[in-house]
Amino acid sequence: MALVEIRNVHKSFQRDTQTVEVFEGLTLDFAANSFTALMGPSGSGKSTLLNLIAGLDRPTSGTITVAGAAVSGLSPSGLAAWRARHVGFVFQSYNLLPVLTAAQNVELPLLLTRLSKKERDERVRIALGIVGLEDRMQHYPRQLSGGQEQRVAIARAIVSDPTLILLDEPTGQLDKKSAEEVLTLLQRLNAEMKKTIIMVTHDAHAAERAQQVLHIDKGVLAR
Amino acid sequence: MKLFPLVFANLRRHKLRTVLTILGVALATFLFASLRSVVTTLNQGAEVASASRMVVTHKTAIVFPLPMSYKERLATVKGVEAVTWANWFGGTYGDGKTFFAQYAVDPDTWFAMYPEVGVPPDQFEAFKNERTAALVGKGLMEVFGWHVGQDVTIRGSIYPGDWTFTIRGVYTPTVRAFDDRSFMFHYDYLYEHTDHRAIPGWFVLRLSDPSLAPQVAQTVDDMFQNSSDPTKTGTEKAFNQGFITMWGNVRFLMNSIGMAVVFAILMVTANAMMMTARERTGEVAVLKTIGFTDRTLFGLVMGEASVITLTGAVLGLGGAKLLYGGGGVTMNGMLPGFDVTAGTLVLGFVIAAVLALASGIVPALRAARLSIVQALRHVE
Repeated sequence: MALVEIRNVHKSFQRDTQTVEVFEGLTLDFAANSFTALMGPSGSGKSTLLNLIAGLDRPTSGTITVAGAAVSGLSPSGLAAWRARHVGFVFQSYNLLPVLTAAQNVELPLLLTRLSKKERDERVRIALGIVGLEDRMQHYPRQLSGGQEQRVAIARAIVSDPTLILLDEPTGQLDKKSAEEVLTLLQRLNAEMKKTIIMVTHDAHAAERAQQVLHIDKGVLAR
Repeated sequence: MKLFPLVFANLRRHKLRTVLTILGVALATFLFASLRSVVTTLNQGAEVASASRMVVTHKTAIVFPLPMSYKERLATVKGVEAVTWANWFGGTYGDGKTFFAQYAVDPDTWFAMYPEVGVPPDQFEAFKNERTAALVGKGLMEVFGWHVGQDVTIRGSIYPGDWTFTIRGVYTPTVRAFDDRSFMFHYDYLYEHTDHRAIPGWFVLRLSDPSLAPQVAQTVDDMFQNSSDPTKTGTEKAFNQGFITMWGNVRFLMNSIGMAVVFAILMVTANAMMMTARERTGEVAVLKTIGFTDRTLFGLVMGEASVITLTGAVLGLGGAKLLYGGGGVTMNGMLPGFDVTAGTLVLGFVIAAVLALASGIVPALRAARLSIVQALRHVE
């Protein structure tokens, strides 16, 4: 059964006086509990697709439905609430807040919930435990390695138990060993916790860890 | 409430910038409170005046004296209950540069006219019974560390020579804004010591009914209109305000400087907030990606601006209140009762709130309206 349904999506950007068409009628499904790697050359539309699924951007036309919710039709505040509940997003450059500790960074999505401080702390501890950084809770990002920072970012993405985890080049800035750790972690999240994962990557080796690999070129899907 | 730690964490990002901005606001609100307190204290001095007292001065200027013979004629005016008089001595103390207010007064009538001057009965008796005795305000006693029984020599400028007085009494104002730094002595001593040249500088009248003031003023001034020393009669409040206008348009000046300082610090705070917001464009995008709404981010930025300005205001206004609250600062005796009023504190906090709004609104709106995709493109 498809968790993410993309139907006849068109997306265009205005660049100066020119209109750049990224997608012209893209239709695509992502099954629940799947782990998909999206590959393709720069400018092919991988990240744009990820942004559309996450509700960070809106399609010019067409619909995107995630777990039955028509994401493309939500209001800005409705979309923010939906993201908080259903999407965990991981960036290439980690994007942790430098003024917060690892635990405080992971707690951020929970600040938008009604959970008590005690419940939040417990969830943060569990999330950091899953990524193997329970002993780094009070460390600031500058005190962590790149791999550790990315694992904190993954903990932040999973702490609210989202439906969907979206990753944009999660291993792009990591050394080989750290990249392997992160990919193993993603496989575990998919296999053990049944998380649906969509990962944009340039790295064929990273893509091999996914259950399926989709290639996009100039906005067109090439399986 | 859950988001407060995020506000404080952001303020710790550039500690020096945050501290300097807070100190800037503190200094601005401190100056505002100080300058406005000059105005409120001057007003208070005028307000403390009794509605039932009137002051008669020379029509030309207060520096010209009036004949003593006026005393009896003033007492006959309908509505006048009592008459007293005083003379400005204008001497210096110590090194010849130290100045404070000195008056020659008639003990029998002056203190009956001014119940605001609180003197222990035994000290008042001692003062009355000694021709060279002086009665000194508590504040002035503290400034010079004088004690009862001490001889004090004052060098006269209007009435030349060294004048030695013995302090026989200390008065404490029964009303806070009433001057507690004056030095009073017997008019008779001045009169005799100047070979009867010293005559009253001004008369004070007590009315049986304050509503009679306009008629009394008219009657008195008409009475002496064609004499060599015509008079100008007004309420004590008008007399006190006349002293204030001798300073020039103090109110306008003080208020203008105060607002200019606040406006300058608004620019500084707004600039600091804009810099902070620009630096965090990527982080705002990340928070939006996580699910923070535009409204929440607007609130976070406004929260930071509020913490900065309100902390500064607490320091500035609180500092001014602490510094002036003890009554120790009187601007060289010219502003007795100088203090920061509750009204000034409230106005200071209102200004701080406006400052928070004005400095935070633009960066807060920018954060709220930020496009996630465009902002992330800068970061990634």
